[in-house]
Amino acid sequence: MNKEPGMTLIVKTVTRLTVGIILMYGIYIVLHGHLSPGGGFAGGVIIALSFVHLMLAYGKEAALKKISLPVASVLESIGAIMFISIAFLGLLGGYFFFHTLGTGEPFSLFSAYTVLFSNISISLKVGCGLFLVLVSIALAGKEKKK
Amino acid sequence: MTDMNYTMIPLFVALPLTVSFLIMLLGNRVRWISDILCTLCTFVLCLLSFYAIGVVNGHAPLIYKVGGWFPPVGICLVLDSLSCFMLVIVNSITLIVTIYSINYMERYTAKNKFYALFLLMLAGMNGVIVTGDMFNLFVFLEIGSIASYGLVAFGTEEEELEASFKYMIMGSIAGLFILLGIGLLYSYTSTLNMADMAQVVSEKSGSKLIGFVSVLFLVGFGLKGALFPFHWWLPDAHPSAPAPISAMLSGLLIKALGVYALIRVFFSVLDATSLLPVLMVLGTMSMVIGVFLAVGQWDFKRLLAYHSISQVGYIMLGIGLGTPLGIMGGLFHLFNHSMFKSLLFLNSGAVDYATGTRNLKELGGLRERMPISASTSMVASMSIAGLPPFNGFWSKLIIIIACVNAGRPVYAAWAVLASIMTLASFMKVQKYVFFGELKEKFKAIREVPFAMQFSMVLLALICFLGGLLLVPAVSGDFLQSAVDVITNGKEYAKIVFQSLR
Repeated sequence: MNKEPGMTLIVKTVTRLTVGIILMYGIYIVLHGHLSPGGGFAGGVIIALSFVHLMLAYGKEAALKKISLPVASVLESIGAIMFISIAFLGLLGGYFFFHTLGTGEPFSLFSAYTVLFSNISISLKVGCGLFLVLVSIALAGKEKKK
Repeated sequence: MTDMNYTMIPLFVALPLTVSFLIMLLGNRVRWISDILCTLCTFVLCLLSFYAIGVVNGHAPLIYKVGGWFPPVGICLVLDSLSCFMLVIVNSITLIVTIYSINYMERYTAKNKFYALFLLMLAGMNGVIVTGDMFNLFVFLEIGSIASYGLVAFGTEEEELEASFKYMIMGSIAGLFILLGIGLLYSYTSTLNMADMAQVVSEKSGSKLIGFVSVLFLVGFGLKGALFPFHWWLPDAHPSAPAPISAMLSGLLIKALGVYALIRVFFSVLDATSLLPVLMVLGTMSMVIGVFLAVGQWDFKRLLAYHSISQVGYIMLGIGLGTPLGIMGGLFHLFNHSMFKSLLFLNSGAVDYATGTRNLKELGGLRERMPISASTSMVASMSIAGLPPFNGFWSKLIIIIACVNAGRPVYAAWAVLASIMTLASFMKVQKYVFFGELKEKFKAIREVPFAMQFSMVLLALICFLGGLLLVPAVSGDFLQSAVDVITNGKEYAKIVFQSLR
């Protein structure tokens, strides 16, 4: 039997090749949230899944080495605070959640700034949140076996 | 009216959310900051809610267009007198409970997480109260509920986890019923805005769908509000939480998420007045059955939880009568019940804090050692049992008079019977906990810390003076204008669209 944590060599190799692509795809979905289907939530889930993928193939220590629990927790809170700050920024234009940051050029990547920043903060919140949920399930299962 | 008045409305939701995430970020790094931030936040919200009375009462409701989008398209927040009435109750009790938990929650680890969840629950409740959009109501309902599942399980003992799990299942089922109702209504009216929905429903009258949707909402909000056949999760969930949370759940959550949402949907949106007799019957049954189940309990908090079922029955009976006097009695009892039931749960927490047990059989004679807790709980017991001159007496009196005036003396008789049983069960509480002989092992206990005493005394004062709300010279038309919103429920759509600007 294989003493190393994680799954077999085949899974590890495939994971090593694909995990970066999945992460990049998640970031792509987040950044194109205002142009194409998807957005902060969907992209955040995909980003979290790339880390979960790593966790399944190599064991949780490998994933936690990339992003530790306290860091994920802080990033999650920062995402939430960013989102609500964008909402408060709208008060400058008179309304909560008002589109104050300008629109930019339509259909270019950096446009619709309020929506873009909201998507980024949601992806932080959702990605870290989902990762934390799955890691805590994995850690809780480990404690029971002892 | 200035812009400041409008900007206040989203703050009721946004401020607790912001502070909640700030606490998660900073709480572990800076000592005391979570206490300070949480108290400050609830204090500001409490002040804002009192300020809102002056802005709203006697004027048209304030409509806030979130993001600047006009209502049938965008989400709007509506602050009318009824919302204002609920906001005052929710935010003032939250402030008092926060002061209480500064000391009480020292016994638990992870106080930051407690505060974060607590503020999320507050944001959910405030959101349900101020929203003018049907789907938004569902979202805030779930925020409040999910935070409360976490809080019920906060002790992470076996019993608490079980109660939380049961609560979660029931809460999710309630959420599904509500979501199904909203979905059907959406397909029927093609809009999610409450005022717009009300307009379409009144124009397209004569469909059987409205009856079906009303029943779905009755089940959903009835489950959230622990109305009679849907009550049985409450006696497990409420006692398992830490005492401040029990006070919040019994005092506020079942009212904001259950009773208020039911009133809003039934009176303002669906105009489902034909279902009111059902509310009366269910209210009376929960009133009587709740109190009968309560008398036999030996766990302090469980007994109080059964009384919550019974008192929600009173509120529903008053509202279900449908007459202005009955609705006034119901709303007034809602206010009073929030006050004395929170106080009773805080008392039970104080007893638990000092002695470490909630079993009535083990306690006794605590009056000598804990005079403040004993006298405040005496006030609360007399309020809930309906003895004059405390606030509970006045609201029960109004409900009973309203029953007789509406030609339903049988309901009045049941209300009197339930009140007598309430008196009996609280005499039991007083006798076993605070009177009688002091047990040997409790000779050395001390009164609880100052912050806990302070919040209990504050609530006891409100219980004592609460009857004054009936006098318009004292309270302005605080209560009356909330009643007017319900009795003019049909006008809701017109009023909202008129006060848009």
